[in-house]
Amino acid sequence: MRHKTFLWFFLPTGLAMLLFIAMPIVSVVIQSIFAPHPAVLLEVENCTPLIGCTTETTIDQQATAALREAQPLGRFVGLGIYFDRGHLAIQEISQMWAANESWGGFFSDLSNLPFYRAMAFTLTFTFIVTPLTILLGLVIALAVNSLHRHLKGLMIFFSLLPMIVTPLIGSLILFWMIDSRGVIGNALVYLAGDPNFSLKASTGLMWVALMVYGVWSSAPFAFVVFYAGLQTLPQDQIEAAQIDGATRWQQVKFVVVPHLMPLVTFVALIQLMDNFKVFEPIIGFSAQAHAQSLSTFIFDDLGGETRQLSSAAATSVMTIIGVAILLSPVLVRTWRDFKGAR
Amino acid sequence: MASRAQRMPTSLRIASSLFVLLWFVLAAFPFLWTVWGSFKVELDFFSIADWTNALTGARTEAVYGSPFTTTGYEGAWIQEEFWRNVLNTGIVCFFVVTISLTIGTLGGYALSRSSYNYTFWLLITALIFRAMPPITLVSGYLLPFFEWNIWGILPTTIIVLVAINQPFTLWMLHSFFKNIPSELDESAKVDGCNQFQAFRRVIIPVMWPGVITTGLFSFLLAYNDFAVGAMLLSESNRTMVPAIAAFLGTTQTEGNVMFAVAAVVSATVPLFILVMFFQRQIVGGLTAGAVKG
Repeated sequence: MRHKTFLWFFLPTGLAMLLFIAMPIVSVVIQSIFAPHPAVLLEVENCTPLIGCTTETTIDQQATAALREAQPLGRFVGLGIYFDRGHLAIQEISQMWAANESWGGFFSDLSNLPFYRAMAFTLTFTFIVTPLTILLGLVIALAVNSLHRHLKGLMIFFSLLPMIVTPLIGSLILFWMIDSRGVIGNALVYLAGDPNFSLKASTGLMWVALMVYGVWSSAPFAFVVFYAGLQTLPQDQIEAAQIDGATRWQQVKFVVVPHLMPLVTFVALIQLMDNFKVFEPIIGFSAQAHAQSLSTFIFDDLGGETRQLSSAAATSVMTIIGVAILLSPVLVRTWRDFKGAR
Repeated sequence: MASRAQRMPTSLRIASSLFVLLWFVLAAFPFLWTVWGSFKVELDFFSIADWTNALTGARTEAVYGSPFTTTGYEGAWIQEEFWRNVLNTGIVCFFVVTISLTIGTLGGYALSRSSYNYTFWLLITALIFRAMPPITLVSGYLLPFFEWNIWGILPTTIIVLVAINQPFTLWMLHSFFKNIPSELDESAKVDGCNQFQAFRRVIIPVMWPGVITTGLFSFLLAYNDFAVGAMLLSESNRTMVPAIAAFLGTTQTEGNVMFAVAAVVSATVPLFILVMFFQRQIVGGLTAGAVKG
């Protein structure tokens, strides 16, 4: 295809991505190095006879407006926002480092900083949910594959539901069930033997609940991919393994799993990307007090009366960098595929 | 089919069946439970006294004389005007799917038929865009949109969702068009068509299976979106999912959680129908990327 024809075909989609993905990224980066102007303060001395003089500080509305008009982006602060207490908190960390003798104390202090707390949850979520999803998906695929033909279709239909349903809605449905007055919550109260037992009160249990949701909602994806892989399983290899006296477990370990390995990497990469974005379940579970992810951290900055755009922008930039790091193995692989394909 | 050597021993067969049954309950029970409970009053769905009330509807019967009530749905659809949000979601989904398929098909076709180095870089850029959480872009949208006075209206959200949709659409359609032999359009070009005519007369008639699959996923993305809608739409223009999230904030205090439950069930029904009719395409789409590696 000639360059010019390509350009005309690609122009609409390219323009959409340029204007609404690439430009916003630039805009986010710029916002993250500018802080909003502080209000210009005026000190006025009020003197009344007999009482004496008092100085009063007021906001000079005109001067503030003029300053905002002159420099609409705000004042340049460089990487200041990245290093402040709400984000990387360089100063606080060096103080903690000096104050703490042990690693344990340092980490417990570190978990008081909001950005690191969000980072810790996001990474824990990503690296616990992804392997569990793959494992559960594989077991479901093996079990469903041994079912009768008519049951398979029905199982696939119901298995798809947790994945297809809107994440916020899915998490709300689970949240209502684990509420201490809901059906699972009731069962947990009974099992714990404590009438005041509540998942919502404990940070640890809330994390577990969020991860259970994560596995529940993405296991279907792993299942469907592995199930499709099982349909192309080389029967002759399985038979050869049987003739050599392999047990069922050995067949799975030495024939089925190696056959599915490319699919495992595929699912792992997609899941790493998606779990790193974890967002809706935290909103649905109203768990912001116990767990923040990078996405909810941005969301909370943007919402509410005071939109803290600069702070949100700084977190956004760091999230994008995190995504790029997670993605680097995929990029290398795609490059190799592309080179190989030509 | 299965030889005797491959037949499972009974114990394993039972264990495997039990596991499938367990997964079936895990996957389906929450939905059935919520649908059942949405026809009850709050004190039944969230029962402190006895959890079986949620099944029998004892309190609902005491209040309304029947174990089922549609007050939750009436409250959500009529009192809280949820139908407006449903309408908005309908508009957004329709336009997002149409626009994004139209421009995505052209772009994906071009990417699949060009072998220059820049196609690779475009695809890689699209991959990075696909991996970014949409919420990271939102703070970049807000200032310009306020400035141009286009914040809060549906067309803005539609265009943003189309753009966010493009990377995925391009990848999907790119690999789909790769599977259509390029001899087809080459021969059309030999017969005197230019590239666009070849696309229109030869490729369009055979591309529908791939386009439908991609369209399904575009629809899901637009339907399931929360971050963009919640941040870029004004209160009167909200789509379903942000509206449900907003419900929670306002209704919990008034003791009308059942409105939210009814709204959640209402929003799940279209997805249910979608899976029922397009199961084959959804499974095909999920595995298409995987099988290709």
